[in-house]
Amino acid sequence: MEEKLKIKLKVNGAWREVETLPDRILLDLLREELGLTGTKKGCEAGECGACTVIMNGRAVLSCLIPALKADGAEIMTIEGLAEEGRLHPLQKAFLEKGAVQCGYCTPGMLLAAKALLDENPEPSVEDVKRAISGNLCRCTGYTKIIHAVRSAAETLRGSDPEGARTDP
Amino acid sequence: MNWKAYQKPGSVTEAIALLEQAAGRGRVIAGGTDLVLQLRQRARAADLLVDVTGIDDLRGISEKDGWISIGAVATHAEVAGSLLIRREARALAEGCGHVGAPQIRNMATLMGNVISAQPAADGAVPLAALEAEIRVVSITGKRWIPIEEAYLGVGRSAIDASCEVATEIRFRKPGDGAQTRFFRLSKRKALTLPVLNGAVSILPDPSSKRISRARIALGPVAAKPFRARRTEACLESGEVSPELIEAAARIAAEEANPRTSLFRGSAPYRKDMVRLFLTRTIREILAAV
Repeated sequence: MEEKLKIKLKVNGAWREVETLPDRILLDLLREELGLTGTKKGCEAGECGACTVIMNGRAVLSCLIPALKADGAEIMTIEGLAEEGRLHPLQKAFLEKGAVQCGYCTPGMLLAAKALLDENPEPSVEDVKRAISGNLCRCTGYTKIIHAVRSAAETLRGSDPEGARTDP
Repeated sequence: MNWKAYQKPGSVTEAIALLEQAAGRGRVIAGGTDLVLQLRQRARAADLLVDVTGIDDLRGISEKDGWISIGAVATHAEVAGSLLIRREARALAEGCGHVGAPQIRNMATLMGNVISAQPAADGAVPLAALEAEIRVVSITGKRWIPIEEAYLGVGRSAIDASCEVATEIRFRKPGDGAQTRFFRLSKRKALTLPVLNGAVSILPDPSSKRISRARIALGPVAAKPFRARRTEACLESGEVSPELIEAAARIAAEEANPRTSLFRGSAPYRKDMVRLFLTRTIREILAAV
């Protein structure tokens, strides 16, 4: 029996205490210990972006992060994007603009886009392309995703002239 | 079961003590984007990972007495976004901005790019043109390693992460009036290794129409980032002219030694691309100075 270690992380605004084996990967911890299966397991090699989460304010790949590295960190998964059952403007825009097809890349894509909009409320097409360049999508051809991200940025600017949101 | 323990020391001294206790079975981890994969694929083994990203002394990018210093845990995103680096060593900011993808650049450190010892590394190639040095601390003391001596072979660093902690990268500011640029040829813009990359640093002498210092590094055309010294000498040998630039770029194609590869293309093609991209980059720099 391997010895489990206790770690604490703030996931989607709430501190969680979890027991983990020392060589667990954050992606598996989120999916299997915390039941947050919205974070997708794609290539497991840092090449597809499906496992993207936001850690301490930055988009990162949960498949390459030892769970113990995330001890004490603040993490947002796709489950934390909607608030009180209301979809985030990015999620709405993805649905309305047809930016979702099979959906497997969507959680990672949304969080990469969220990290972008948190830093840059008025991104150009090039800015969006760069921000999602680490997220592979084999269905959409990206055009509608780029359109959706810029449309959500517009909505967010409209609802908050400072372009800033007070997310956790 | 892979690694059995994971420690986050608060100081370099503590990190070295942990590695010492592990007696060769420990390994430094920073961003982990290469190491975690290697461990999971069993290409490397370690019982203890010593995470140095919490050590305050290893953070930050600063300038002092004509030197630029980059802490060991500075990520590619931090270096690419640093106003200091963009102003004083643009090639390095550009190179770091090409590594992997945004998520990778948010995690992976420039120091890791050096220690992973890949000849194509978009962060390390500009460091070679900047003649950077790496500070390494171990139980036996501290030393500075010139970047070119930090490589033992493809994927093999002279820095032993099982007992040494690399703490800092430094290089002299290229100087007033100097310009640096990075170039890259690749099949896609993100998440792909380059077919060819390079960094050029040029300090012109305004009084003589000559170049007083040229530094050129190329990758992956050898087992490590390659300094094109004959090309540099050619550029420093006479008055700047289109003929001089063309002659220098031809020498670079000669001295670069890329392999023919299914992924990267044939050696003759890549040599010709060395010539083409260097010509363009040198012209661009001279137009900007």
